[in-house]
Amino acid sequence: MSKNISISINGFPVEIEKGKTILEAAESQGITIPTLCYHKDLCVAGNCRVCVVEIAGQTRLSAACATPCEEGMEILTNSLKVRNSRKHIIELLLSEHNADCTKCYRNGNCELQKLSSEYKIMTQDFIELVPLKKYSVDMYSPSIMKDDSKCIRCQRCVRTCAELQGVNALTVAHKGDEMKITTFFEKHMRDVVCTNCGQCVNHCPTGALVEKNYIEEVWEAIADANKHVVVQTAPAVRVGLGEELGLEPGTRVTGKMVAALKRLGFDAVLDTDFTADLTILEEGTELLTRLKKALVDKDKTVKLPMATSCSPGWIKYIEHLYPEYLDNLSTCKSPQQMFGALAKTYYAKARNIQPENIISVSIMPCTAKKFEAFRPEMHDSGYRDVDYVLTTRELAILIKQAGLDFNKLEPVKYDRLMGESTGAGVIFGATGGVMEAALRTAYELVTGRDVPFKNLNIEPVRGMEGIKEASIKIEKPLKKWAFLDGVELKCAVSHGLVNAKTIMEALKSGKANYHFIEFMACPGGCLGGGGQPIPTNSEIRKKRADAIYAEDGDLPLRKSHENPEVQKLYKDFLKEPLSDISHHLLHTKYTKREHY
Amino acid sequence: MNPIKSLIKDMTKKHGKTRESLLPIMQAVVEKEKYLSEYSMIEIARQVDIPAAEVYGTATFYSFIETKPTGRYIIRICKTITCAMKGKNQVLFAIQNMLKIKLGETTPDNRFTLLETNCLGWCHKAPAMMINDEVFTELTPEKVRDILTSYMKMSQINVN
Repeated sequence: MSKNISISINGFPVEIEKGKTILEAAESQGITIPTLCYHKDLCVAGNCRVCVVEIAGQTRLSAACATPCEEGMEILTNSLKVRNSRKHIIELLLSEHNADCTKCYRNGNCELQKLSSEYKIMTQDFIELVPLKKYSVDMYSPSIMKDDSKCIRCQRCVRTCAELQGVNALTVAHKGDEMKITTFFEKHMRDVVCTNCGQCVNHCPTGALVEKNYIEEVWEAIADANKHVVVQTAPAVRVGLGEELGLEPGTRVTGKMVAALKRLGFDAVLDTDFTADLTILEEGTELLTRLKKALVDKDKTVKLPMATSCSPGWIKYIEHLYPEYLDNLSTCKSPQQMFGALAKTYYAKARNIQPENIISVSIMPCTAKKFEAFRPEMHDSGYRDVDYVLTTRELAILIKQAGLDFNKLEPVKYDRLMGESTGAGVIFGATGGVMEAALRTAYELVTGRDVPFKNLNIEPVRGMEGIKEASIKIEKPLKKWAFLDGVELKCAVSHGLVNAKTIMEALKSGKANYHFIEFMACPGGCLGGGGQPIPTNSEIRKKRADAIYAEDGDLPLRKSHENPEVQKLYKDFLKEPLSDISHHLLHTKYTKREHY
Repeated sequence: MNPIKSLIKDMTKKHGKTRESLLPIMQAVVEKEKYLSEYSMIEIARQVDIPAAEVYGTATFYSFIETKPTGRYIIRICKTITCAMKGKNQVLFAIQNMLKIKLGETTPDNRFTLLETNCLGWCHKAPAMMINDEVFTELTPEKVRDILTSYMKMSQINVN
C-alpha cells in the first residue's frame, strides 16, 4: 500500500498518494495547470516551464510536472508571481515562434495558441526574434512536414521517436539560441531512418510537425465530373473521427461517417475492412503454406516466424533496421494497397468504368500510408493503385468545410462490391486484431471448428501490453492439414516500434521461438495511429479499442472467410488465395534501406 | 581498414559501448581529422550502437567539435560580451581583412578557418582567441596580424 501525504493547494488541504507530482495532485482537485512539454505518453522533460508553481518557503518557482509532492507542502498554482512568470514564459516562447496562426495548419488545435489565448497575450514585450532566425521548412516527405519556425523545442517529438518508437530519427542539435530539433546531419525527413509513423505529428503541441495534406487534391477530384472517385475507410477511423467532430473518445460513428462521405460527393463509399478480410485469407494461406513447407517438406529456405505486413510504419522500420529479416515478412500488401489494386481492376471491370477515370482515395488513421501509396511498386493495377491518402483529421476537415452537421446525419451502410466486411476486418484497427482475425480463420480452415475461445474473442492477444504472446494447440485437424496435428502454434503481438525492437533482438539472439508475429508501428495499433485525432493518449486509446471490439461483437459475421463479397471476389476474379492473379495484384516485395 | 574506422573501433574498445564514451571517441576523431565527418559519425553510431541522430546532436552541442571540414588552423574568437567591449570587433575585422575570409569560412588554401566561440574564460585579459589549442589574449589588430603572420610562416615551412 502506498502512503498518503497531506499538502495544501491554494490554501485548501489535499490528501495525495506519495510520489505523485504537483501536476497530478492539482489535476485530482480539478485544477488545471497549463503544460506544453508534458505528455502523458512520455517521460517528464520539464523544459518548457509553463507549469511553474509557487511552493511556500522557496524563492524559486518549480515545474509542477517534474516536482513530487512532499509532506506539508503548501502550493500556489495561481499566485500573482506564478501568473506573471507564466505569462512571461508564454511571451518568450512567442517571441521565437512564427505566430502566423491564421495560416497555420494547426489553427484552432494548437496548444500554444490556446495558452496565449487563455492568458490574453495581446502585446509583444520582448524583441521579436523570428526575423533574425534562419528557420527552415522540410516538405519533401510525402507524409510529414516539419516547420522549425513553429517549433517551441519542447522535445515531445524527440521523446516520442525515442521512447515509443525506438527509431530516434529526431534529435536535439546545437545549443542555446541555435538549439533545434532536427535529424542526422539535418537531412530531410525522407532521407533518414524516419518510418513516417506520424507519432511525432500526433504528439506535437504546435504546427511544427504536421501531416502533408491532400485536401485540395481530393476536392478537385470530387469536382471533376469525368472522374469516378472511390473512397475506402480504414477500421480505426470509425472509432476516432468522432473526437475531431466534438464527440467523446470511443464513440462509434461508422454509419454517420459513411453518410458524410456520400454527402461530400464520393461516388462510392467502400470499406478497407473488406480487404482486411481478404488479407486474412491471403496471409492465413501464406502462413499455412509456409508451415507446410517447413514442417513437411523440410524446406530450409522458408522463413519462419512469418511477420505481418499491414503496418507501413513497421515495414519501413524493418527495411531500415532489420533488412536481413525481410523474407520473414508476409508478401501480402496492406489492406489499403490491396484495395487500391482491386479498385482499378476488379471494381472497374464490374462497374464498367475505365480504370484511368477512377480516383482512389483512402481515409487512414496513419501518415505512413501516404508514403506507402507513393511507393514505386504500388502500381500493379497499371495505374497508381491509391491516389490520395487522407488522415482521420483531414477527413474531419473535409466534413467541416462542407458544412455538414455530423451529429444530425442518419447512419447509412457502405456501398456494395468491396463494402462488405466482418468483425475480423474491423479489429485490424486494434493491436492484436490481425492476429485474432487470422487465428479465427486459420484455425477453422485447418480443423473445421471455431477457435477454442468464448464468443471467438481471443482475449490473450487483446489489450495494451507492449508484447503479448499466445499459443494455440491444433488438435484433430482436417485430413489436408494432418501434419499440423498436435502442433502448438506460437504467436506474438507487438505494438509501438520500441516493442518491435525487443522482439527483433530476441529473434536475432535466437531466444524467440514463434510461428507468427503481428507488428504494428503505433502504440495501440492503428487506433493510436499518427493520423488519429490529437490528443491521443493511453486513456483515449483504451476507449477506441473498446469501441473497435464492440463494433466486432455487433457484426453478424465475424470471420473473414465468411465475408460473402470476398467469396464472390475469389469465385469471379481471383480464383483462390495465392493464385497467379492474387500474387500479381495483392502481394509485393520489400526494399533494403540504409541503417543510418 | 579505413584508418578512421579502425581508430573508432579501438576507441570503442577502450571506452566501452556506452553513451558516456561518446565524447572521448569523438574527441579522438577530431584530434586526428580536425572535424567529425558524416562517415565518422555513422561509424561511431555503428560501433557504440546508438542512433546516428544522437551522435549528431551531441557533436553539434559542443563548440569545439566541428561537423564541417576545416583548415589546418582553426581560429576561434570569443564572441561574449567582455571581449566585445574590449575591442573584439576590431580584432575580427583585422583577421577577416588579412585572411580575406568571413566568419565561418576557410581560406582557399585550407590553412585557416575562422569561427566564433563562447566564453573562453579569459575575460580579465580580453579580447581573447584560440588557434587550435593555443590561447592568445589582450589582442589588438596589430598583435593579431603578427600572430597570423607567424602561423603563415610556420605552415609555409611545414608545407615545404
